[in-house]
Amino acid sequence: MSNSVNNKEDNYIVSILVENKPGVLYRISNLFRRRNFNIESISVGPTEKKEFSRMTITLNGDDATVEQLVKQLAKIIDVVKISLLNPRNTILRELALIKLYAKDSRARSDILNYAQIFKGKIVDTTEDAMTIEVVGTPEKINAFIKIASSFGIKEMVRTGLTALERGG
Amino acid sequence: MADGYARVSGRPGVCIATSGPGATNLVTGIATAYMDSSPLIAITGQVAKAAIGKDAFQEADIIGITTSITKYNFQPRTCSEIPNVVKMAFQIATSGRFGPVLIDLPRDVQTEVNEIIFSDNIIFSRLKYNMIPHPLQVEKAVNLLLNAERPFILAGGGVIASNASQQLLALAELIMAPVATTLMGKGCFPENHPLSLGVVGMHGSYEANKLILEADVLLAVGCRFSDRTTCNVSEFCPDAKIIHVDLDASEIGKNRKVDVPIVGDAGETLSKIYDGVVKRLCRKEESVWLNRIEEIKRESENIYSSIQENNLTPIKILKELREILPNDTIVTTEVGQNQMWASLYFKALKPRTFITSGGLGTMGFGFPASLGAKVAKPDTPVLDIAGDGSFMMTSNMLVTSVNENIPVMVVILNNSMLGMVAQWQRLFYNRRYSAVKLVNPDFIKISEACGAIGIRVGSLEELRSAIGQALKNEVTTVIDIPISPEEDVFPMVPPGKGLKEMIYNALKTSSILAKKSERLKEMID
Ligand SMILES: Cc1ncc(C[n+]2csc(CCOP(=O)(O)OP(=O)(O)O)c2C)c(N)n1
Repeated sequence: MSNSVNNKEDNYIVSILVENKPGVLYRISNLFRRRNFNIESISVGPTEKKEFSRMTITLNGDDATVEQLVKQLAKIIDVVKISLLNPRNTILRELALIKLYAKDSRARSDILNYAQIFKGKIVDTTEDAMTIEVVGTPEKINAFIKIASSFGIKEMVRTGLTALERGG
Repeated sequence: MADGYARVSGRPGVCIATSGPGATNLVTGIATAYMDSSPLIAITGQVAKAAIGKDAFQEADIIGITTSITKYNFQPRTCSEIPNVVKMAFQIATSGRFGPVLIDLPRDVQTEVNEIIFSDNIIFSRLKYNMIPHPLQVEKAVNLLLNAERPFILAGGGVIASNASQQLLALAELIMAPVATTLMGKGCFPENHPLSLGVVGMHGSYEANKLILEADVLLAVGCRFSDRTTCNVSEFCPDAKIIHVDLDASEIGKNRKVDVPIVGDAGETLSKIYDGVVKRLCRKEESVWLNRIEEIKRESENIYSSIQENNLTPIKILKELREILPNDTIVTTEVGQNQMWASLYFKALKPRTFITSGGLGTMGFGFPASLGAKVAKPDTPVLDIAGDGSFMMTSNMLVTSVNENIPVMVVILNNSMLGMVAQWQRLFYNRRYSAVKLVNPDFIKISEACGAIGIRVGSLEELRSAIGQALKNEVTTVIDIPISPEEDVFPMVPPGKGLKEMIYNALKTSSILAKKSERLKEMID
């Protein structure tokens, strides 16, 4: 095994501080395409400094692939700082909006109950559907979706993970 | 041309083109520079800001197109950004691992009139590189090298970029390690030095390809373990300990797992390793390894001197050219057999004297690059070693060379074939030729029509006198040498195979071919 690399796949979270200017997202995503890496999720938003944005990218891959990716990303001129986050030492959040079928009052009260357990909010209701907002770790959202799917999911959207390292 | 200038001078070359088709015409040249880490500034025109995105006349999204073949690209939106952008472009192109940068100038930004502040000291702080290697890693490398029985140095283009030839020579002589280069590294170590083995790889020399596999410690510096160098990478030095020095951290571990990764400048690192070794070295007088090197070199000589031929073969031509051309002559090459013959049989003695498109393998690179080389070094003879197919791709530059008064020499190894492709079809596809035969124009007449001089040559004596004349000519001289269309380049490692499966002469090939056709017959029966 002297030449080949460890190819045990795992989940990784890459946090990238980038210049806040047009074209940066293109440069980053273009690199993923060019080097044949697959993005699981990506979220981008402003930071405490207006000249920077933070991108949080989750991906699946082996050690060597992810290491190579981080090194390639670090070469992009617009990348200010890049870190590979350790999930155990990181605050992870995701938001999901889930529109469920809710035809009768039984379903409605059940949905309400589950939403409460998951600290979700009902953000919209119509005659036959309810939309719930859930915030939390990806695991929590997965768990909610599993339960909610028994009612029938009409539509759903997740923001993708955003993350910040704990501590100062 | 700008790239040739950059490679010879070490300073960025600049090229410029109009919007749309002009800009897209630069793409191959930019990609060539990117693959070979050459500092290039490309300036393109663009339609006016308000027209961008409207599919305006001669609009091309050159920023999008060149994002993966440049280190960075800019599109200033006001003229006041231009001074900073230009400064940053030069800094980016010439910092760390060099490479091309593109500046796309919308038409209205070009013509805008405004007060501009030119500030002198813009230092682009993001461009920090680890030039200085980590002492701990250097220490590990020193330990490995001191304990090595069969040390081997593989030097790449990074050694040339870092101007580290002196440091390389010093270290190689200190530890008595043979030095092979990659194609891009050719010239960083004098190829007439007893420790030089020439180039390693698919068309590497017999001795380099054989001995690298026997190394127990491989010091790879400024190279990226490309597939053309390592051939099948899983069979590349499987048992050697590998020390890999590169300025670009992302190159380390990309293609080949290494034992001692060192991120740093080639020159800095080589001299740090030298310092570490010199303190603790106790010289072994009689070295088994050195004897082995001698033995393999003799073997190689025997194989190749036993090939007796009366015709004017490329090998003879290239060896003759080395004899008659001054040591500092700059050679550029096209791509194909001509390039590989030049790599194998034209010894490069100094850095920046062997200019070739290694990474992208761009046919038509050599001739314009030779003009750029001549501009960088007007008093040095410059020769493009060309194939007929490649020369056809950029021979219009003859006009430029005459009009701009840039006299160079071109030697066309004219086999009336896309020779390298024909070789593959011969060796691996049972001689089923497809789209490789060329019907060329008369290169003498073309040269003359452009105001250059053309000479056809049929013997070594004629070649000698033609070169003698060309060195004196004040215009570009094209020397057309008809050669056999059936000539193969050897040694060759068949695609997908490991270095140890090198075919080193035609004899062996015919036996392989015989075996292959036997197998085919069996399959049919
Ligand atoms: C622009 C471009 N097109 C195609 C190729 C593929 N290719 C590699 S070598 C070669 C043949 C080159 O022929 P020639 O220039 O006559 O040189 P020879 O091999 O005969 O010395 C071709 C077509 C290439 N490298 N570059």
